[in-house]
Amino acid sequence: MKLLKVSGILLVSSSLLFGCSNTEKDASTEKVKETNNASTDAFKGVTDEYRKYAIGEIEEFVKATEAFTTAVKNGELDKAKELYGTSRMHYERSEPIAEVFGDLDPKIDAREGDVPEAEWTGYHRIEKGLWVENTTKGYEQYADQLMKDVNLLRAKVDTVDVTPELLITGAVDLLNEVSTSKVTGEEDRYSHTDLFDFAANVEGAEKIYQLLNPALTKKDAALSKDIQAKFDNVYNLLKKHKTDGGYKSYTDLSQAEVKELSQAIDALAEPLSQIGIVTEAS
Amino acid sequence: MTNNPNSIEAQKANKISRRDVLKTAGVGGVGILLGASGFGGLMSITESKATSKTEKEIVPFYGKHQSGITTKAQNHIYFVSLDVTTSKKEDLIKLFKDWTKASGLMTEGKTVGELSSNEFLPPKDTGEAAGLSPSNLTITFGVGPSLFVKNNQDRFGLKQKQPKELVDLPKFPLDALEEVWTGGDLCIQACADDLQVAFHAIRNLIRIARGKAILRWAQTGFQRSKQADSKNETPRNLFGFKDGTINPDVNSEKEMNEIVWVQPGDGPNWLVNGSYLVVRRIQMFIEVWDRTLLKEQENTFGRQRESGAPLGQKNEFDKPDFNHKDENGQDHIPADSHFRLSRGDGTQKILRRGFSYSDGMDVKTGALDAGLLFVGFQRTPSKQFIPIQTRLANMDKLNEYISHRGSAIFACLPGTKQGGFIGETLFN
Repeated sequence: MKLLKVSGILLVSSSLLFGCSNTEKDASTEKVKETNNASTDAFKGVTDEYRKYAIGEIEEFVKATEAFTTAVKNGELDKAKELYGTSRMHYERSEPIAEVFGDLDPKIDAREGDVPEAEWTGYHRIEKGLWVENTTKGYEQYADQLMKDVNLLRAKVDTVDVTPELLITGAVDLLNEVSTSKVTGEEDRYSHTDLFDFAANVEGAEKIYQLLNPALTKKDAALSKDIQAKFDNVYNLLKKHKTDGGYKSYTDLSQAEVKELSQAIDALAEPLSQIGIVTEAS
Repeated sequence: MTNNPNSIEAQKANKISRRDVLKTAGVGGVGILLGASGFGGLMSITESKATSKTEKEIVPFYGKHQSGITTKAQNHIYFVSLDVTTSKKEDLIKLFKDWTKASGLMTEGKTVGELSSNEFLPPKDTGEAAGLSPSNLTITFGVGPSLFVKNNQDRFGLKQKQPKELVDLPKFPLDALEEVWTGGDLCIQACADDLQVAFHAIRNLIRIARGKAILRWAQTGFQRSKQADSKNETPRNLFGFKDGTINPDVNSEKEMNEIVWVQPGDGPNWLVNGSYLVVRRIQMFIEVWDRTLLKEQENTFGRQRESGAPLGQKNEFDKPDFNHKDENGQDHIPADSHFRLSRGDGTQKILRRGFSYSDGMDVKTGALDAGLLFVGFQRTPSKQFIPIQTRLANMDKLNEYISHRGSAIFACLPGTKQGGFIGETLFN
């Protein structure tokens, strides 16, 4: 979560912060800037395309949250539980953009302990009610608040400046999310629907890879092929844990299966972290 | 090993070491030194110190044999076992080529790659060894039986190259092996006088392997440091006893060829100048040992704790007298003592290069999780480690206090020249 905020906002200004120490440094900063500008133009089509994709996912997220919060307010416990895992997937897919808003992300997606108890709202708050207390009662207000926040997210998302850097860091950050919180089973600690989020993060990363792939293939076709093979490998492993409605409970995975997934993500993220070569002038 | 440490101590006391001179210069300025040796003298000391230090702390990576086998044991070990995940032989070859290149650089204290000017890429080298001494880093690669055949599958078309000696070790009595500490397709042993340097090596090699091989198990280990043992005595294990008194002479080419290095005609030619590595993770029941009477402890090892001398003798390196009996007619060195059983009739020898390990607390028992990471090198396991361990597993008095939790065997590949790669004899 935190990494993305830094990359979205600070990367742009990093050259300003560190670039003034001496002339030599200035020269190299200039060079980087040039590359950035060049690549910003060169990737205009790609960033527009990604923007469309992410906004599309967030629109789906609004609809899914509508259905989820309605079920909560109507006291439909089973239906709410059923909708929880799938509706979150839209958010997880578009995380590089959805998380840019530092105020909204915790309201929608904070886990217990991430924020002071009194401020804790959003999906995971309701998750605890549904699975631990086995009720929707008393969670109607959280449902209303969540819907408001998600609508606000939709309204704000149009203002995000989608840069090539956002994509480059976003792709790996999505997988880092998987490594640090999904693999450990900490994301959905009450519902154990972590594999939904896991799969969505991977899909979100793959989308970015696909958009940058024409440029990447020109630079390094072997790297591109390797990344695709590693995506396929992760999907093959995920397939083993698919059920009719989505994915197995994370608690049904053996330690060996968790390790296998974790190491497959590492094997994918390492070559994917080289995707920044697309910014280099050829 | 030094029979007369007093004289060495005496020499040390009389001589101002170069290190001391430099320390003085660094802390107190050069005034005193100018008086002692003149400015030119200081410069020359500084220079010779700098060059000799760097030279001394580099163990050449390239050579006829891999380093880290007959190399004098460093302070630390970082040992990892890996499973190969790729099914392509060319990936495996690329991996060994990349590993060789990176190892050649890291053992000289260099990074595995230059810092890129593209800030949208992660750095090639992970950076934590920047500016550190090479610390006598050695990196040793081995291949396990499962690289050749796994689940009856000839994975890489190497089946006909598998040496008869490279098979899983037999199950020894009392073995309590855990899957998580056992086996592996490949191994990397990184040893250095600094743990951060060893960690950096392993970390970067694993990173290079990503997508081709995964970590199966990992264990760090230590010996008393050189700084802590300036007399260079035989190291003690965590039971407090000297361990390694009898070890083949690594400076004798003849002995190494007889005991450690695979020779032409021993098996497949690709392994000539390589060696078999047996690694065992042996847990020590520290708490139980600590409440064991000294007499019992000494009978268990067959040596005196303080001096390391064989029971009935005075000094560590005295010849043991296995026929000697005490006044009650009992063997001075009990027949089931560790030292006596390991030695056997003295014809089976291995080069031991073990390290202690300490992994914090055993969460199940609340006891310290500590022990020995046994590492032994040999030319023919079936005639060396296996018969020795069979004797020990059957009778060793020490078995009351230890438990073998992990085990693996690897063929350490022969060395290579600059421009070549470790594994070339196997893969080409």
